[in-house]
Amino acid sequence: MSETLPFTIESFYKFVSERKLMAAKCSKCGTLLLPPKPMCTKCLSTDFKWVKLKGKGKLLSYTVIHISPVQFQSMTPYTVGIVELEDGPHLPGMIRGVEPEKIRVGMGLKVDFDKSIPSEWPLWPRYFFRPP
Amino acid sequence: MVRKPLVSIVSAGLSKFGRLEGMYGREIFAEAAKEAYERCPNLDPAKDIEALFIGHMGESYEHQGHTGPTLTDWAGLLPKPSMRLESACASSGVALRTGIFAILSGMHDIVMVGGVEKMTHRTTPEVTEFLAMASDFPFEQWHGITFPGLYALMATAHMHKYGTTEEQLAMVAVKNHHNGALNPKAHMQKEITLEKAVSSRVIAWPLKLYDCSLITDGASCLILTRPDIAKKFTDTPVHIIGSGQASDAIGLYEREELTTLKAGRLAGQEAYKMAGVKPKDLDIAEVHDCFTIAEIIAYEDLGLCKPGKGGSLVKEGATKLDGEIPVNTSGGLKSKGHPVGATGTAQAYETYLQLTGQAERRQVKGAETALTHNVGGSGATATVHIYRRG
Repeated sequence: MSETLPFTIESFYKFVSERKLMAAKCSKCGTLLLPPKPMCTKCLSTDFKWVKLKGKGKLLSYTVIHISPVQFQSMTPYTVGIVELEDGPHLPGMIRGVEPEKIRVGMGLKVDFDKSIPSEWPLWPRYFFRPP
Repeated sequence: MVRKPLVSIVSAGLSKFGRLEGMYGREIFAEAAKEAYERCPNLDPAKDIEALFIGHMGESYEHQGHTGPTLTDWAGLLPKPSMRLESACASSGVALRTGIFAILSGMHDIVMVGGVEKMTHRTTPEVTEFLAMASDFPFEQWHGITFPGLYALMATAHMHKYGTTEEQLAMVAVKNHHNGALNPKAHMQKEITLEKAVSSRVIAWPLKLYDCSLITDGASCLILTRPDIAKKFTDTPVHIIGSGQASDAIGLYEREELTTLKAGRLAGQEAYKMAGVKPKDLDIAEVHDCFTIAEIIAYEDLGLCKPGKGGSLVKEGATKLDGEIPVNTSGGLKSKGHPVGATGTAQAYETYLQLTGQAERRQVKGAETALTHNVGGSGATATVHIYRRG
């Protein structure tokens, strides 16, 4: 039933809690919006449908974070990157399950999902990337 | 072709940049305002200055919002109207542009523009968190991406696409520290070696400590007038002849390219066109070197070299104090320091000193035309201004 959710970031993370990577597809011009937006940034249409992405892509760039904000300090050093999904959109996130020195621009990665949901706002579970 | 100036700078002030213990942001701003008043004895500030436009990024540092009227008070200018502009690290670049609008609109003849940030009393993780607020929350901050992390993503992409090296990044730091060592108001007035920069501790690989600008306290201001009345206040005004600004997606991941800032390119093109100036006409430039990679990308975005050649440009020494186009003669954000809200008008302050021959040991002889480039966040805001000696 969640395929009827409004085209918002809150809905995107609701889908993440269901282990789905979803984007909004403009019914008028076909643009795929990730993050979803209530209005198409190409043609200004507000007519969308949700589409499920395959969640596979290649790494465009990455960094290993040693100095983090307060809430991530227990995880340092950790790797984050921007992935170009096969479906088109780019998505940033943490890269887990691979040694930082083995990470290369262009390597294949796929989306996976955290089980835990935070107890304070925003109640968003996190997705992350790992080798396929 | 000689273009008509938009506005004129008749005075400028800058506080000491650094770790200013025991001072509150508004007190630091008063120090900058005092210098601007003293430089311009023909101006009666309380009578002549009609409005203030202030850049200030974060309430979190001092638990203080509503900084427009607060700074107006501490600068001795109540009850003049004030406006605080927040555009992350481009806050006072945007304040400067807003001051230009105020004069061009005909509403005001004389205004003060400036900016302030007090940062060093907070811990590094706290400052890291506050700065990250200028990036996208749901997809960047939420996944642990920091500001150094965003510029590190650009650096990795630039190194991959163009072969830019970690040594070339470090050369930006070595150059800017050399210039900062000649600037008595700079936060870190010391030379560094390439070896020291390359071997400093990693902040967000490939960026190391010496690739990052400083967490700094400081304030800056300018007094702007209608060009036709500038000579009433000073014999040596500096004219602003071009102004450009553009916006981009707040999330770096939504940009078409990771190796260039589109907003910086567009702001530059707008300012060059308005001023009737080409990159080769510039004598000096102050660019937004919040990280060393940002200066290399700025060279390319502003047309000082071709895309991908920024690393070579710094390696050849073209942007050194005695090079073809000296960049960041003040020491830049890297060595002078980066009190984020103050940076845009602090760049204009350096330009004012250089174009009026007051930059002392770092003076570029005969400088007549200059550019400043101020970036907010990872490039969602950029402003570019072009200046000519009056």
